[in-house]
Amino acid sequence: MSTTLPGAPARAVETAPPRRQEPGRAWQRWISPVAILVIWQLASSTGLLAEDELASPIRVVQAAWDVTLSGELPEGLLVSLVRVVVGFALGAVLGVVLGVWSGLSRWGGLIIDPPVQMLRTLPHLALVPLFILWFGVQETPKILLVALGVLFPIYLNVHAGVRGVDPKLLEMAQVSGFDRREVLRHVVIPGALPSALTGLRLSLGIAWLSLVVAETVSADSGLGYLIMDAREFLRTDVIVVGLVVYALLGLGTDALVRRIEKRALRWRS
Amino acid sequence: MSARASAATGSSAAQVSGLVREFSGRRVLDGLDLTVDAGEFVALLGRSGSGKSTLLRVLAGLDVPDAGSVSVPSSVAVAFQEPRLLPWRSVRDNVALGLRTDTDVDRVLGEVGLAERADAWPLTLSGGEAQRASLARALVREPGLLLLDEPFGALDALTRIAMHDLVLDLWERHRPGILLVTHDVDEAIVLADRVLVLDEGRIVADHAPGPRPRTDVAALRATVLSELGVVDGAA
Repeated sequence: MSTTLPGAPARAVETAPPRRQEPGRAWQRWISPVAILVIWQLASSTGLLAEDELASPIRVVQAAWDVTLSGELPEGLLVSLVRVVVGFALGAVLGVVLGVWSGLSRWGGLIIDPPVQMLRTLPHLALVPLFILWFGVQETPKILLVALGVLFPIYLNVHAGVRGVDPKLLEMAQVSGFDRREVLRHVVIPGALPSALTGLRLSLGIAWLSLVVAETVSADSGLGYLIMDAREFLRTDVIVVGLVVYALLGLGTDALVRRIEKRALRWRS
Repeated sequence: MSARASAATGSSAAQVSGLVREFSGRRVLDGLDLTVDAGEFVALLGRSGSGKSTLLRVLAGLDVPDAGSVSVPSSVAVAFQEPRLLPWRSVRDNVALGLRTDTDVDRVLGEVGLAERADAWPLTLSGGEAQRASLARALVREPGLLLLDEPFGALDALTRIAMHDLVLDLWERHRPGILLVTHDVDEAIVLADRVLVLDEGRIVADHAPGPRPRTDVAALRATVLSELGVVDGAA
């Protein structure tokens, strides 16, 4: 399935191996980002860029320091992390169970697959109004929104992975005397893993996106609250701090999945 | 009426009679009779579509006959055309997984010349090595009947010759009954005690090439090729 979904960090997927860089020249890639920062700073210093539209890089760094010391950022971060982790765990467990079940059993596939395939065309973020009606504005709707966003990519990729297990390997397992548990453990699960990991990577991007939307619509705590609260007071520096933290979190989870993939798929090398 | 009995029947490694298998009205196997004696090496030749793969799948328990009776020993092992190794398990695990006896896996890996590659990932093996791993996986099960489904078809000529010697060597050591399905007439004549020709769902010819080693295969080769519908022996 396509890997460019909104919310997944924009990035070329599995292209050719990165061009080898000549040693000692890595700094050349930093020329333009640093230049942009300098120009941004200059524009702020000369008054070209108004403080209440976009704070200067130096102000942003200061604000990051301030909200860290005051405890606002660590507290908000913790609240947001808990929402993502709980929501992700919920959606992922359900996605894996449903995906394996519908992938393995004929009836499971007939019962589970059609409604999931229909529902996945619905942008889950459009459910925010209903979720607020049903679950109020506390933690439940935020966690469920994350869980729902995670459920679909995990389910679809696990299902496709299980269905895509090489039937020749299944025959081999049969004539080699594997019992049901061994077939699952040594053939089906490892066979479905590459696809499932693709689902994992997609779903983490969507988990963060869902959290941002849920927290921006309604929150009295968390990163999103920090940002919306800063908006009230035209604190563009704090807003940018929040955005940078969101970006770093996305980057961090992506790096985590890459490490998991490298370890789980080391037989491919 | 059909049955696939899983009991060693006297001195035979496989006993098939009146085997019928149809696919959407087309009779692929049409009342086939076949006996492989215990420890006997039988090669089965046939054009593509002659039903040789279907017969092998029925003997392996991967397909169910529409009529007739099939009886095979309790331990049947298969080496397929592609090695069918689990790429995410080591060579040793590939041989050992699903094994219910405590056969020494490393000894068998040594016999096929893979002792040093026991911990390797299958994707790092050459074609010949992968096929030897597949043979080891079959042999470690100490089969009464070993089914070989064109296991050398995808190998280069030199590797194939080496594999022929290896298979003969392993067969003499373990003495399973072997049914080798192949389309290579020379291979069949060089390796087997008996060379069978399958056509239109039945065995139509049954040759015994005589004592090994076989240096002159030309005469029998011409006969078998004509039975396979290849005129002039110019294959």
